[in-house]
Amino acid sequence: MTLLEHRISTVESALAGVSVGDPGDLLWWDSAPSRYLDEHGAPAEGGLRPPAALLEPGRLIDVYRALCLSRAFDTEATALVMQGHLAVYPSSRGQEACQVGAALALRAEDWLLPTYRDTAALAIRGIEPAEALTLLRGSWHCGYDPKQWRTAPQCTPLATQAPHAVGLALGAKLAGDPVVTLCLLGDGATSEGDFHEACNSAAVYQVPAVFFIQNNQYAISVPLAKQTHAISLAHKAIGYGMPGVRVDGNDVIAVLTVLGEAMERARQGGGPTLIEAVTYRIRPHTNADDATRYRDSAEVDHWLLRDPVQRLAGYLKASGALDEALEAEIAADCEKYTTAMRADLTGPSEVGFDELFEHVYAAPTTQLREQHAALAAEAEAIEEQRREGEAR
Amino acid sequence: MSAATVAPASPSPSPTTASADPPPVTMAAALNTALRDAMAADEKVLVFGEDVATLGGVFRITQGLAAQFGDRRCFDTPLAEAGILGTAVGLAMYGYRPVVEMQFDAFAYPAFEQLVSHVAKLRNRTRGALPMPIVIRIPYGGGIGGVEHHSDSSEAYVAHTPGIHVLTPATVEDGYWLLRSAIASPDPVVVFEPKRLYWTKAAVRLPSTGGPIGQAAVRRPGRDLTLIAYGQTVPLALETAEAAAAHGWDLEVLDLRSLVPFDDATVQASVQRTGRAIVVHEAAGFAGFGAEIAARVAERCFFHLEAPVLRVTGLDIPYPPPKLEHWYLPSVDRILDAVERSMAA
Repeated sequence: MTLLEHRISTVESALAGVSVGDPGDLLWWDSAPSRYLDEHGAPAEGGLRPPAALLEPGRLIDVYRALCLSRAFDTEATALVMQGHLAVYPSSRGQEACQVGAALALRAEDWLLPTYRDTAALAIRGIEPAEALTLLRGSWHCGYDPKQWRTAPQCTPLATQAPHAVGLALGAKLAGDPVVTLCLLGDGATSEGDFHEACNSAAVYQVPAVFFIQNNQYAISVPLAKQTHAISLAHKAIGYGMPGVRVDGNDVIAVLTVLGEAMERARQGGGPTLIEAVTYRIRPHTNADDATRYRDSAEVDHWLLRDPVQRLAGYLKASGALDEALEAEIAADCEKYTTAMRADLTGPSEVGFDELFEHVYAAPTTQLREQHAALAAEAEAIEEQRREGEAR
Repeated sequence: MSAATVAPASPSPSPTTASADPPPVTMAAALNTALRDAMAADEKVLVFGEDVATLGGVFRITQGLAAQFGDRRCFDTPLAEAGILGTAVGLAMYGYRPVVEMQFDAFAYPAFEQLVSHVAKLRNRTRGALPMPIVIRIPYGGGIGGVEHHSDSSEAYVAHTPGIHVLTPATVEDGYWLLRSAIASPDPVVVFEPKRLYWTKAAVRLPSTGGPIGQAAVRRPGRDLTLIAYGQTVPLALETAEAAAAHGWDLEVLDLRSLVPFDDATVQASVQRTGRAIVVHEAAGFAGFGAEIAARVAERCFFHLEAPVLRVTGLDIPYPPPKLEHWYLPSVDRILDAVERSMAA
């Protein structure tokens, strides 16, 4: 068996459902990311075999719409932060296949645990942009109802949401609910202790959790080589006794195939999976970052040629499923979406200071009531001064 | 003012005089009964942590729970404090009421980030959508001859964080109902269990009851000076008050029971009446919880004070090894010295 054949067969066995007792078979020592499409959008030789339903043209057009929407959302949010309408924006440009893959792999009853870079995934899940961007606009911390959307607040302290995913999955398992939790992480987060504790606990408890690492090559300025000495991030799964899979994170068909398989295995009681999606952060860490200080433009150009949106577009055009008329229609839909998004995010957003005291405890303590009254008096004095100023 | 004048932990009554009394129980047993009753009352209550199931916890506080309720309600976890508390967060999001055990005070530190960044803040971050009804039990304090990392008093780290309630019982009765109240609370509660008092006994009937969380107790009424204590220093303060009586000083002893929320009303009423206050705790004094109490007393009672508010605390050093801990711990003599200085002012 050649090395390539071995890799394919091991990936296929992963997709077929693998006993947790034998995870070492899943990864070859130089395990290249699995993919369905090559960089140009042509089916890759020896690539993954996605389920037939995923390859239906109608389904793939829906996926393509989501990719375009993810890109449009990110572009608009980047413009909004440049214009001062958001406090900060960590872009997911270049990671659309992961954003879309994560959102579309979920059922309504599944839980998603996103990070601050996953706002586009929230939008694809259906959360209104103004609610999804509340955190980054700075008008409150979490702007959506986590229980309604089965989506945890976006997590900023790296990997600390991973144990939450274990708890949610354990809750589902104890209740006998067919619910899976999908935890999004970056490459930097894999160095955190909470990542280890979560993966280990999830495997010990055999809970329905999927850990999906978007390896975008950088933790702010620090490249992956300074983050780990492991062969790959997926290899870390071996130590936990769970399946580990590497996937081309810019190939949405591959991402959906691998994620779908892991989610289904978890739902059937097969336990957790660790997935590493190899992708690239095209833009700086946030609008406040200067990426030219730690990487050169040739590297970015290399990845621009592997654009996830163009890759699926190439495939769909070649197969005749996507023509200029449909492209125009999708572009118009995105335009409509971002126009409404801009209107919502440039309009009023005021949350009054009263709310600062309302959600600290179920009922405010005596001390908080005192501070609230003092702040109300301060606000009243400021308002009075303003009125006097106007009168003069 | 909440003046539950419950007797402190006392030696078991002799069989000849206690025929009408219930049998003496330890604080450990009261805590265990509280967990058992809470699990029986609400199937959403889960108990988990290191060694809590098969072993029943290193202090046996969770003894018998796994056998009675099964391994889906009480289970052993991997040795991972951040993972334990983070898992509790996820379970609370799913609608459970987790009660987790941190095996020793100083072993709880890895969970600190989960505590301050998620447990304390999630209700606030989500505008009330994700309350965190989690109880974190932490055996704390010294005087047990423990080697390093087994005797810390870490209450100030927690009390400083908005969004968490902080309780510490000093009596067998409070051990039961403070823990029941914590489990019933819609907010996260850290229960610091004074491990030196685990084996103190009192003839009490369980279930014991009390007022809502947040009320201090007057353990001994007095006219001349208020000793403000909590957890392990409550029996010490009472002992000091008895010794002070021999000098003709009538000391009042307050047991805070709840550090957060803080019972300003009871403390203020007492100190305004006595005009003198001394705070006693085991933790290091610098930036300790006693500093907060002293500041609050100064803000609210300044014109009633006859003497500066004093603190008798642990030294500002890492907790010492067992053979030296008697130099560190507040003692009756050290508190009496402070009483003398206060009375002389």
